[in-house]
Amino acid sequence: MSAAPDIGIEGIGVWAPQLPDWSAARNMLCGNVEQAADSTRPTAAILPAGERRRAPESVLIAVEAAQQACAMARRDPRELAHVFASAYGDLAINDYLCATLARAPLEVSPTKFHNSVHNAAAGYWTIASGCMRASTAVSAGAASFGAGLLEAAVRAGGESEPVLLVAYDIAASGPLRDVIASRSAFAVALVLAPRSASALARLHLRLDDGAAPLAPTPPLLHASHRGNPAAASLPLLAALARREPGRLNLAAGPALSLNLEISI
Amino acid sequence: MDEVAHGNGSKRVRAHCYTFAPLRIFRPHVSDRPVPLAITAYTVTCAAGRGREAFARALAERKSGLRENDLAQWPLPCWIGRVAGIEDAPLPPAWAAWESRNHRLAWLGLNQDGFRERALAAIERYGAARVALILGTSTSSIGETERAYRELDADGRFDATQRRSRVHNSHALAAFVQRTLGARGPCLTISTACSSSAKVFASARRLLHAGLADAAIVGGVDTLCGSVLCGFNALELVSAEPCRPFDVARSGLSLGEGAGFALLEDMQVDKSAPRLAGTGESADAHHMSAPHPGGLGAERALDEALARAGLAPADVDYINLHGTASRQNDAVEAALIARRFPVTTLAGSTKGWTGHALGAAGIVEAAAALLAIERGFAPGTLNARELDPVCGPQIRIDNAPRRVRVALSNSFGFGGNNCCLAFAAGAA
Repeated sequence: MSAAPDIGIEGIGVWAPQLPDWSAARNMLCGNVEQAADSTRPTAAILPAGERRRAPESVLIAVEAAQQACAMARRDPRELAHVFASAYGDLAINDYLCATLARAPLEVSPTKFHNSVHNAAAGYWTIASGCMRASTAVSAGAASFGAGLLEAAVRAGGESEPVLLVAYDIAASGPLRDVIASRSAFAVALVLAPRSASALARLHLRLDDGAAPLAPTPPLLHASHRGNPAAASLPLLAALARREPGRLNLAAGPALSLNLEISI
Repeated sequence: MDEVAHGNGSKRVRAHCYTFAPLRIFRPHVSDRPVPLAITAYTVTCAAGRGREAFARALAERKSGLRENDLAQWPLPCWIGRVAGIEDAPLPPAWAAWESRNHRLAWLGLNQDGFRERALAAIERYGAARVALILGTSTSSIGETERAYRELDADGRFDATQRRSRVHNSHALAAFVQRTLGARGPCLTISTACSSSAKVFASARRLLHAGLADAAIVGGVDTLCGSVLCGFNALELVSAEPCRPFDVARSGLSLGEGAGFALLEDMQVDKSAPRLAGTGESADAHHMSAPHPGGLGAERALDEALARAGLAPADVDYINLHGTASRQNDAVEAALIARRFPVTTLAGSTKGWTGHALGAAGIVEAAAALLAIERGFAPGTLNARELDPVCGPQIRIDNAPRRVRVALSNSFGFGGNNCCLAFAAGAA
């Protein structure tokens, strides 16, 4: 229906429990049986030690994936405008805030409060990397990955510049588990660039009115990822891991489909 | 033609920097087409008034919407910009499953100035799939989630009436507005704290220029809730008196709430409509809750907005400042205005009328800038009595009649997130 500019993927980053990086994710997505790595907390080495201690889980996983993708793309993070997409923000902090407000409102921690903003991960990323470029934080519910990819690709094409996309969500905690299905952390990052000479793959994006049948999630992945909106990236990651050209659909909204034509 | 305008704009900006400030190395990154968009409809609802006419009157008559905090649930000693009557205005029965204070204010705001009808007409004209919807909010319906936590059942779980996934998430506002309007184009929530509903203009501009939509409905809604009242209180950023932006004795901000929307279309649709001339976005890369002391991030956003619009600082008639009345923000922003603008530019903060509407501040203040263009006056700074000496002659306490051809609006948020918008009058 409507086409966006073609875009190259220059770098990929992934973090999930037992999937500490793209190499581990690629192995799993290619069906190679491998001893699961025992990763429960990302390194997020770019964060200064103090910030790493203060940063909540959503920030750590997003920053870790972002750092991996920039390294793979050999891009200086300071040069990259970025789009951080998350359906829910930091669900553990939301649980803490709502529980504390119900119990003892004056005991709200100021640090937890400023970490509760949806752009906390993007903010920590700019502080750690020194990036002063445009920094945005978006949400589109279950379609956050597709809508974030669209936002990032449109910026990359329109401004003729590389853009870092990071999509992440963590597990719901406390009573929020009654209304939010996410049960496990997942973060993915892509460095997208128009007219890239060093792209691993290229995407041709098209928007289609209506909900098209979505690409199936690779069955090898732990079922716990299914309720995590960032894991909607897995069909794309599987195609990239297997270096399989083709087409697939991602949700960009309840009645809007993002059709990706992947060329390798 | 576009490239020529871009080239001229960059040169003019650089030349001007040299006149008014030390030459800066930063060159704004503006490679896309700086074609303005028409703002064919807009509306605003905040503590100072429901709808454009009421807000314009409050601005002109210098009537503040701030009141002593009367939220029984959160008895903190402060003043708030509460929109009166939300409590008694439930959503229509068809939308009852979306109930929250934020969605009530969204519905109230959509129905001012005939905006909902204008949005529906655009959807009818272009087709639902060709109209984008991009809304900013900082806290979405977290107030409703807080309530669900206060009313947990005996097992410590959400009460049956609160098991509404559609409400308890960051995207709820845009999803709600999308449902009520029937828009089917790209739909996104931007949540970058206090710059959220300014950045919606930048994202919409890119989508329209990419040809992915023919029109965009942009805006934002944020409402008072325990998280922000107690959170800002914990950060010791809230004043016990009505906020006094840029006053030498300012003691912090007053929190508020608001809703606003605008319809963006190709300039050819209505050449007399005011225009979105430029947008600038940047990060401070400095601190989560304090601005860069040199205002470097804010200045980058300003430079980018001016360059994209092909404007020099001397072209700017009025600036709606972020001006929260926090010690740090106002000092940094005042210094930036003093070093970059000539005395002919008038600037002020409207937070003394509205309070700080957080994620809605961008759209509320965009509306103030558009009203300045439309009605020919530059709002001053309500509640300020004696300006901080760091302020240059641009920052005014009093309103001034003024032909405003170009107006800027600044919005800066937590995480060091900055956005500057440039608006221009339409063809006479």
